[in-house]
Formats: sequence, structure tokens, C-alpha cells
Amino acid sequence: MSSAAFVIIAIFTLAAALAAGTLRSLMHAALCFALTLVGLAAFFFLLGAEFVGLALVFIYIGAVAVLIVFTILLTQRDVGKDRGFNWAGVLIAFAVFCGLTWSILTTQSISIVAPHIRALTVKRIGDVLMASYVWPLQCVGVLLTAALIGALILVMEEKR
Amino acid sequence: MSKSIDQVFVNAKHWLLSWLASSPGWLIQVASILINIFMLLAVFLTLFALISVLERKILARMQNRYGPNRVGPFGLFQPIADGIKMLIKEDIVPARADKLVHFVSPVLLAAVAILTLGVIPYGRNMTPFAIDGGILFFFAVGSATELAVFMAGWASNNKFSMLGAMRAIAQMFSYELPLIITVLPVVMVVGSLMPDRIVAAQAEYTFGVVPRWFVFTPWGFTAFILFFVSGLVESNRTPFDVPEGESEIVAGHMTEYSGFKYATFFMAEYLGMFAVSGLAVTLFLGGWHAPARVFEIVPSYVWFFMKLSVLLFVYIWLRATLPRTRVDQMMNVAWKFILPMAFACVIAAAVWHYAGRGLRGWLWSLFVIAIVYTVLSIVLDTRRKFAPRVYRFAE
Repeated sequence: MSSAAFVIIAIFTLAAALAAGTLRSLMHAALCFALTLVGLAAFFFLLGAEFVGLALVFIYIGAVAVLIVFTILLTQRDVGKDRGFNWAGVLIAFAVFCGLTWSILTTQSISIVAPHIRALTVKRIGDVLMASYVWPLQCVGVLLTAALIGALILVMEEKR
Repeated sequence: MSKSIDQVFVNAKHWLLSWLASSPGWLIQVASILINIFMLLAVFLTLFALISVLERKILARMQNRYGPNRVGPFGLFQPIADGIKMLIKEDIVPARADKLVHFVSPVLLAAVAILTLGVIPYGRNMTPFAIDGGILFFFAVGSATELAVFMAGWASNNKFSMLGAMRAIAQMFSYELPLIITVLPVVMVVGSLMPDRIVAAQAEYTFGVVPRWFVFTPWGFTAFILFFVSGLVESNRTPFDVPEGESEIVAGHMTEYSGFKYATFFMAEYLGMFAVSGLAVTLFLGGWHAPARVFEIVPSYVWFFMKLSVLLFVYIWLRATLPRTRVDQMMNVAWKFILPMAFACVIAAAVWHYAGRGLRGWLWSLFVIAIVYTVLSIVLDTRRKFAPRVYRFAE
């Protein structure tokens, strides 16, 4: 059953990704990108990593997708103008694809049989985050707070 | 006897599944999920129909008039008439609209609302999808609402729709943060994101009479009030129904919708209201637990739905009583008052935990909340800097 689910989710994700890359309308592409992320989250669910999947949905669909959509809305000038086929983009994408494939194929760990998947519970993530990775976590916290304050200063009313 | 009544729905489901006992395991799994989904839809669509007529009745009573009383006894068949009216209305789609996105948006909104309803425990052993990170699931799925609202505004290809969607999204974003942070103290104290565990943590009674619901602690009470207000904003209800102020502006992101699509928006709004109230019951009001040990004879789901209906009544009551707030006032309250108070709740919950969860912790957390509240009310005192409103971008 889980392999059937894998195939269905894979087809769904790939179709959405393909649509995101090829659709003419930028807005449709952005919405398809959000669909791709739903597919990715479903993969995490399938692997028993609920927390990661939910965080993906939460951050990417709740925040990043909306951000992308707003960016398109606020920056787009030549709506509907055909910009032609971008060969440089294709080349770069192909190069990235080749690089990723090469690095995946040459890593050692791919030949190791995966151990039995232990469900990645929220509690285990919390334990690891607050014990082994507490410093990186704190640093990210400080960075995000700085970003928040920066955003507040950007939109603050000028003193007259 | 009372135990079998309590478990009557669970037993009914097991009985239904026993028909499939000889079939493969995955079929039983799928059937079990389908039964859960069917029950969820049946219960909440009925409740939607009921509350739509009850709301009009209660509003009418509060405004000293009759309300719907023509269709059926006491106007109870009004939802059926409304449904038929909505179904046979012409579905108008603007010529330049994005047909597909225009169609998907209301469907997505309703789907999101129904999914969020799924993680709430409605009674003993009655959680439709009991997953480990249920609370996170609620907010993760709920965050797709903003995208759906945006899709509605953009696909209509109408300036007013787009502006309305922007207003709605700005409002939802600012109140999503306090909504999540007010949940944090409960999650911290219980140590789990699973709604069932949160309900189980509120099971005990002090002296067998006073239930240990989180609403009876100072931090819990504050968090509950803040959560309720934020939930009110999230579900776009009066006094925060700025996105579609029926009596003042065009209907926001729903301007270009008609017929059943409009009804779907309406339904999504109500289902979202049920979901937020249900989560408030689960987090702060002890879920399906009875208010005293002697009342445990009454089945658990009855208690859940009684608490839910009390909260829904408060929603309707507020709608009848309060005027609509201004957008800037609403945003100011979110960032300047509700957010700091929510953080104070987190700290107060930690203080409560480390002071031993007893009377001492109770008093210490009350102290923290009181200090923060006093400081905030001094700092935010608007009487001192009362000035005409300045329009920054509209001059």
C-alpha cells in the first residue's frame, strides 16, 4: 500500500513541478509550486516524519507561497508579454540537475540498506534540538529576531 | 450502562467494520477512514445548517424582532430553503476571471476548514485523525486559508476583490501569530502536541468538584481570552469582519462570487468558526471532560458539544452587540497588546510549572500576568496622545 501511495504522490508532485516550470502565467506557476510542496509534505508523512511534513506545509504554503504570490503581484510589469524561451535557464537547471545526480550517486550512504524507519516524533526532535543543537537553535533565534526588528524599522513611520 | 452510551459511536463503527473482518487490512483501514470522514461531514454540515438558522433567531431576539419563522416549525427548515435557493441561483463568473482558480478557491477554503476539524477529540476515543502533531496540523493546514483567500481575490480580476483579499490576508496574518503563541503555554505545560494528551492532562478534579481545566489558571484564562479574540478575527466574525463589512463596503474577496460558490465561502467561514471554537474547548476548557466528577454519567461527546455551543453562542452574542472595529485599531491591538500578553502567558505558564503547579504557582503566575497587563495598559494609554488620524499613503 505504501509503494502505491508513493507512486501516486510522486506522479502528483512531478506533474505539479512540471506545471510550475512550464506554465505561461506566473501566478499559475506559483500556485503549482505550492501544490508541489504539498506533494513533498506528503512524502514526509509517508516516511513517518510528521513534524517535518507539517512544518513544510506551515512555512512554505502558509508563508513562502503567499510571499511569492505577493512578490509577483507587486513587481510584475509586463503582464502577458511573451518573453521567449530562456535557454540560459535551461542550461543552468540542467547543470544543477547533473551536479545533484552526480553527488547523490557518488555518496557512500546510498549503498547502505536503510534501517527500519523509526517514527520521528515531535518529542525526539525537541530533545535533539534542545540538547545537541541548542547553540545553532539560539543563533537562528537571534538572527530571526534581528530580521523581525529590521522589518519593523523599515515600516516604521518617519518622525516629523 | 453509562459507559456503553459513552462509547456508542465507537462501538457502532467497530460493528460496521466487523462486516469487513475477512477482507485485507488496507481495505479495513480505508473503510475506517471513510467512516470518520463521513461522520465529520454529517455532524458539522448539520451543525452548520442549524447554527445558520439559530444565529438569525438569536440575533433577531436580541434586536427585538421575530427572525425567520415562515418555513417549517419555528422557521427550522429555513436552511433547506436557503440551500435550494443557493443551488438554483445562476453561477456568474466574470468574463475576464481566471475560471479554474476562481472555482478552486472556495473549494480549498472549505476543504481546509474540514481538515482542521478532523484533529479535534470529540469524545472518549473519538478523534477522527489522531496524529502525533495534531495541534501543528491544525495550524499548518489552516495556514492555507490565506492562499485560498488570495486566489479568490486575484482570480476574480477585480480591483475591489483584490483589495478585499489584501485586507483579509493582512488581518489573518497579524492574528495568526498570537493565535499560535497563546497555544504555546498549553503545549509547554502538557509536553505534547497531541490533542488527546492535552485533553487527558485536564482530566483530574481538585476535591472532586473543581476540574483542572487550564482556563482556571491565570495564564490559561488570559491565553483563552486572547485565543478566543484571535480566533474571532481568524474566522472573520463581527466585530472583526473587516474583510467583508456587509453594510459598508463591497464583499471583499467574495465580491465576484454568486450562487453556491458564495454559499461555500459562507460555509467555510462557519466551519472555521467551529474548528477554532473546538480547539479552544480542547486546549482550555477540558475537551470532552465533565465539569465535575458526578456529571461523568453524561456521555463525553455531549459535554464537548455543549461547551462548543456555549462558545458559538458567545460568537453570535458578540455579533449582535459590538460595532465593527477599524482596520488600524485592530492591527494595533494585535501587535501592541495581544502579542505581548501572549508572551506573558508563556512566561506565566513556565512560572506556574516551576512553582509547583499548586496554589503558589497559581499566585505567582497571576502576579506575572498582572504586572505585564499593568505595564501594557500604562504604556498604551491612548488618552495622552490622542490626535487626529494621519493618512500616510492617501494624502
